[in-house]
Amino acid sequence: MRLLVFLSGVLLAGGAAAQTVKIGELNSYKVFPAFLEPYRKGMQLALEEINAAGGVAGRKLELVVRDDGGTPGDAVRVAEELLAREKVNLLMGTFASNVGLAVANLANQRKVLFLASEPLTDKLVWEDGNRYTFRLRPSTYMQTAMLIGQAAKLGRKRWAIVYPSYEYGQSATASFKKLLAKAQPGVQFVAEQAAPLGKIDAGAVVQALAQAKPDAIFSSLFAADLQKFVREGNTRGLFRNLAVFNLLGGEPEYLDPLQDETPEGWWVTGYPWSAIDTPEHRRFRDAYQKRWQDYPRQGSVVGYTAVHAAANAITKAKSADSEKLVEALKGLQMQSPFGPITWRPIDHQSTMGAYVGQLAKKGGKGVMVNWYYADGAKYQPPDQEARALRKAP
Amino acid sequence: MSGSALLLQFLNGLAGANSLFLVAAGLSLIFGVSRIVNFAHGSLYMLGMYVAVWLAPATGFWAAVLLAALIVAATGALVEIGVLRRLYQAPELLQLLATFALVLIVRDFALWAWGPQDMLGPRAPGFGDAVFIAGAAFPRYDLLLIALGPLVFVLLHALLTRTRWGTLVRAATEDREMAAALGVNQRWLFTGIFGLGALLAGAGGALAVPREPASLAVDLAAISDAFVVVVVGGLGSVPGAFLAALVIGEVKAFCIGYGYSEITLAVEFIVMAVVLVLRPWGLLGKPLPAPRGAAAVEPPLGRIDRKAALALACLAALLAGLPLAGDEYTLVLATDILVFALFAVSLHFIMGPGGLASFGHAAYLGLGAYGAALLLLRAHAPTEAALALAPLLALGGAALCGWFAVRLAGVYLAMLTLAFAQIVWSIAFQWDSVTGGSNGLIGVWPAPWLASKSAYYYLALLVCGIGIALLWRALGAPLGYTLRAGRDAPLRADAIGIDVRRVQWIGFAIAGTFAGIAGALYAFSKGSISPETLSVPRSVDALVMVLLGGVQTLTGPAWGAVLFVWLQDELAREVEYWRAAIGAVVLALVLVFPRGLAGYLKERFAR
Repeated sequence: MRLLVFLSGVLLAGGAAAQTVKIGELNSYKVFPAFLEPYRKGMQLALEEINAAGGVAGRKLELVVRDDGGTPGDAVRVAEELLAREKVNLLMGTFASNVGLAVANLANQRKVLFLASEPLTDKLVWEDGNRYTFRLRPSTYMQTAMLIGQAAKLGRKRWAIVYPSYEYGQSATASFKKLLAKAQPGVQFVAEQAAPLGKIDAGAVVQALAQAKPDAIFSSLFAADLQKFVREGNTRGLFRNLAVFNLLGGEPEYLDPLQDETPEGWWVTGYPWSAIDTPEHRRFRDAYQKRWQDYPRQGSVVGYTAVHAAANAITKAKSADSEKLVEALKGLQMQSPFGPITWRPIDHQSTMGAYVGQLAKKGGKGVMVNWYYADGAKYQPPDQEARALRKAP
Repeated sequence: MSGSALLLQFLNGLAGANSLFLVAAGLSLIFGVSRIVNFAHGSLYMLGMYVAVWLAPATGFWAAVLLAALIVAATGALVEIGVLRRLYQAPELLQLLATFALVLIVRDFALWAWGPQDMLGPRAPGFGDAVFIAGAAFPRYDLLLIALGPLVFVLLHALLTRTRWGTLVRAATEDREMAAALGVNQRWLFTGIFGLGALLAGAGGALAVPREPASLAVDLAAISDAFVVVVVGGLGSVPGAFLAALVIGEVKAFCIGYGYSEITLAVEFIVMAVVLVLRPWGLLGKPLPAPRGAAAVEPPLGRIDRKAALALACLAALLAGLPLAGDEYTLVLATDILVFALFAVSLHFIMGPGGLASFGHAAYLGLGAYGAALLLLRAHAPTEAALALAPLLALGGAALCGWFAVRLAGVYLAMLTLAFAQIVWSIAFQWDSVTGGSNGLIGVWPAPWLASKSAYYYLALLVCGIGIALLWRALGAPLGYTLRAGRDAPLRADAIGIDVRRVQWIGFAIAGTFAGIAGALYAFSKGSISPETLSVPRSVDALVMVLLGGVQTLTGPAWGAVLFVWLQDELAREVEYWRAAIGAVVLALVLVFPRGLAGYLKERFAR
């Protein structure tokens, strides 16, 4: 009798599990809360929308969210927990590049789909790309490429560069130099400053850059480093008469704290949430503000779109089986708050883009003006180059 | 650089130095009197920033600075009365564990109270613009800071040399026992000095507001800088801290000015390592008083008797049966626990009986891990060879660092090991072509026969079990006893013919090697490795495990590792503010079991 009860329990539990498709989401929620709290709200909104519309492939979608502690070692353990205990159908998330690469590496080993939502490193889809890993956000290379057009148009000769000294900043710098030198032959790079992440010595850096007498600056600083650099540069008049380009500088997470310190005229990649009036974005923004009584940040869009991407893949595959999901994601076309995106089969990178524009002050707050949408599909290296960079199929 | 550029970078360095000094002076004072290594000093600094940014719109900037400093001072005094005061009788370094718990709690508190977004505060009224010096704009506020540092220095100096309270503080710094014997009320002296230190940290934070935003990562950045300044200057010496802040501020500014900006990642640690090797007590510090008498404070570590050996054998048998009972994840978690248990036991080997507290033990964990990854990926060695040879890299690192470290004592030694770890970290972080830079190396998977979770778990159980058993056995062998002699009575040990330094050096190298074994196992269990394995937080984890279990017990550190890894896993999953929760648990354990878990059990059952 007892055995019977036990067996029926097992069957019931199995049945219940079959009713939901589980996404195992892991992220460094407490290390990068400024980006990831809005991200979590975006995910939640997408989840509610999907389930209200009947779920995916006839099943409800479920999110199992975990904090990965912000270190690759802990993240791998958390991912193992999601796979072994929660029996999730796919993995999603991660923020820092080293964590993203470690989880991608695990996903490849365990043959399970990993939808890397945020990490920007180019290696994730190229050198270290693998069959099971797909990335949503435009990579460091793509976002850098988005700024090249404007940078070359200005025809400035002497460029100075400042970047946070880790892989993101280094590869942004390398891509920028390579692409600009191609677009504008004869350009000179007169100074380069690497700043320890979170610990820029802004006064000395600004002084050293001014010393090189550049006529333009390319920066990939963000968060606290960017704020310190901007205030110090404003005080010392560094930016007067200079063209400045800053990767990610227009994302609300990094722009909003600047307030009346916002440097006007800078070219940035970002997200002018209040001004985008396409129907797909308006729908997203209204739903988000209704659900959370707060405005969306860049993180909100990434979290929202990542969950929808997973749902789209499952619907297309009519299954939550990893191999089928991988095939479904290749070439998948879907709608996002930024417009339609495609998941490139050749390197598993989505064509989600970013907005390029200039910073301005409005009522003591920073906003983006003169902006336009840079579609990610247009800022890729030629297919041959991408194929050559990628070792995995 | 031209003359004016030199002058401006010099001024930049001065401004940086003076804000460094404000934080470091308080830390130095606290250490000098109470011998507490206050990890939470950076958190007090961060609190000062947040409170000032938060109050400034209502009260104006200057009033906000004053209020922030006072609020932080009151917080510091309360912490001393509520927590630290209960721990002065506890084994050395336990207060460190309490302050570590405070770091976790304060950070989550700030996140809860002020939200996740960075907060850029106002400019200082009247000091928001720039003045022209040698043809370039220089922030007026930085000039104020340059004037403020020396002013605070003079005031502190007057307080310490011209007042009765200051005399008592200096007396206690010089010789705490003697001051107590002469009837100085230590309780209020300690509360007062902690409050003063917190006041300086809070003021330092508030005064940094016009230069940088309040953000949640500021605490660790501030504490590591402050530690370096305090140690370079000489613990407990306010003039030393001032001098060291100047040196470090200028070195940084000129590295940037001359275009060697990549080196700023580790330059202060390089300075610290050089200073400690040349001047073991910092620039203006004095040798710490030799331990008074040789009366054993602690009974020798118990050897494992037959009953305990039987119990451990039963435990091993139980663990061997785990793959039959648990699910796959239990094995993953158990593998992590085993690795960290070996890591903690290896640290305890030198820290407990050896008295050599290493603050940079993760260097050897990381070297072992990188060794394994490099052997596998670059030399294409088989898994078995990579696992076996990787610890040699850790041995090399430990032998090198240990050779210098054993010439120092106490916190100076701890900080030299920290500096070494930071230098190794920055090499791994920047040497892209070999170590993969900040991303690290991926694809470090074991051979097929070890690929299953249970196979790898058995390997970890076997290797870590043997490793821990060997280390414990060595502590009961002559090596362990001579290490112990070197800790308790170096002079007597010397007199009876023990080469104390040599023994300590050997102990250090052994501990590093076993940490390297743990590291190699760690790399293959994760499939990847990144500089984070070498970083300060990992080193701190090891310290926490050892102290949590009980530094004066034999098996305690292993239990500490089990508890800490399990807690982290459990709380991160179940609790929203999980870091604060870990902090609260650690704090509660420290207050209830000041001798560690195993220490408590030993006392309890010894009766």
